[in-house]
Amino acid sequence: MGWQLIRGWAALVYLFMFLPVAVVVLLSFNASQFGSFPMTGFSFQWFVELANNDAILRAFKTSVILGLLTALVSTTLGVLASLALVRYKVPRRNLISTLLIAPILVPEVVLAVALLLFLNAVSVNKSFFLLLMGHVIFTLPFVILVVQARLVGIRRDYEEAAVSLGASPVQAFFQITLPLLAPAVFAGMLFAFTISFDDITGTLFWKPGGVETVPTQIFAMLRNSISPEINALGTVMIFLTVGLPLLGMGVARRMAMQRGR
Amino acid sequence: MGVEAREARQPWILLSPALTAVTLLLFVPLAFIVVYSFWLRTATGADQAGFYLDNWQEALGDPFYRDILLSTLRIAAITTAVCALAGYPAAYFIARSRGNKAILLLLLMLPFWISYIIRTMSWINILGVSGAVNWLLQATGLIGEPIQMLYNETTVVLGLVHFLLPFMILNVYVALEGIDVSLEDAACSLGSTRWQAFREVTLPLSLPGLAAGGLLCFVLSAGTYITPLVLGGPRDAMFANLVFEAVITQLNWPLGSALSLMLLAILGGLVLLYNHFLGMGQLMKGLA
Repeated sequence: MGWQLIRGWAALVYLFMFLPVAVVVLLSFNASQFGSFPMTGFSFQWFVELANNDAILRAFKTSVILGLLTALVSTTLGVLASLALVRYKVPRRNLISTLLIAPILVPEVVLAVALLLFLNAVSVNKSFFLLLMGHVIFTLPFVILVVQARLVGIRRDYEEAAVSLGASPVQAFFQITLPLLAPAVFAGMLFAFTISFDDITGTLFWKPGGVETVPTQIFAMLRNSISPEINALGTVMIFLTVGLPLLGMGVARRMAMQRGR
Repeated sequence: MGVEAREARQPWILLSPALTAVTLLLFVPLAFIVVYSFWLRTATGADQAGFYLDNWQEALGDPFYRDILLSTLRIAAITTAVCALAGYPAAYFIARSRGNKAILLLLLMLPFWISYIIRTMSWINILGVSGAVNWLLQATGLIGEPIQMLYNETTVVLGLVHFLLPFMILNVYVALEGIDVSLEDAACSLGSTRWQAFREVTLPLSLPGLAAGGLLCFVLSAGTYITPLVLGGPRDAMFANLVFEAVITQLNWPLGSALSLMLLAILGGLVLLYNHFLGMGQLMKGLA
């Protein structure tokens, strides 16, 4: 009896989490003039409108470039730091970990204000560069957490074996360590990209006038009323941020399994 | 240079880029706004450097700010409580389920990948004047005219719970997963009922997870900026909205600094308190 109740409750919780999102996807295919019920038929018209909307396309391009650069910088910093934390005996390791994780412990608004005001004082105005710095600093902790978790599993023996067989440390790094690291690097980049792609609060503080990312563009569009175009954009975003990472996880798992053989 | 010296230096070379980034992009800026909060914004629009307490007097004394701070903390507390009550049984189900745990957990992670703004605005499709609920009620003839259910404090809490519930469930799940199931069985064989066994064995052992989830829910909801703008009415502004107003709209940066630091002091204080009693380990387990 009790277990049935718990099971039913859990089902309701899952429904609560996914139903609204499912409705977004459903309505994006609505043939009706308005972005609302009832569904009057099945149509791709809103996706076509989306593809012809210059503002959204521009926002999309900005988000992708910003996400890729963030992923690149953040993962580079994160992988190096994680290597140091996992592979070496670092004095005051806990303190250093806490310092590196600190950006997620500070409320995003506070981080956003501090960075904006400080960089402004050293004459970096609201710009793409400021946006990038902001995204790097709050994705870094997540990258470090994810990469560290993956790194723990990679033993150092392989490298030592390579070196004892005559490889130079640089050769050992590029031929042994880096390929073993690939899944961790990949996971870190994916994480950084997704978080950057999704960010809105910090972005609203840092973005220069006229520049929009996809989330800030959606936010601006919501000011008017909810149009079916937003639902279509939501569907595209859900596909990109859920579909692609799932695909990526699959690829990473395959890579790991092939290596395991 | 000896091998040992090089070995000792290597981690610092690897750490220095990340530590530099955190220093220059977080700690120095935070120190900077501490200084800035004592400056003064003058009528000409220029900021007067110095040591003035005016911003702090305004931030701490003005009833307008105090009321919004209190309602922000209230909304965060309600959100946390709802997440705990709704999330605990779900986490318990996943932890004790004999079915496919991996799928249940993957489903739980999925919302993290779905855009925050999309998830927030999705409620407009459900509760809006032309949303699913109004349409259903009208179609079944229960109401004649659509009802406005959105844009109040309840929908702000709803949006926040929707956003934060997975954080709570994951943290509780991690704690429950670490508890040996046979403990509950042992309690039962010693004569306690299932419910007693849960209340006196499992629940206390899972409290660190509940606390970690609660901390995340509270801190993230108290710092939220977007949800009240999308799902709240004009009177449902939260503290982060005030900060944005001061910094971006009014360009009163010294006051914005003081308001930001107030929020940081309260939420950072909670994190430190948590760290003091329970340590960061549990929190990191849930995040990774």
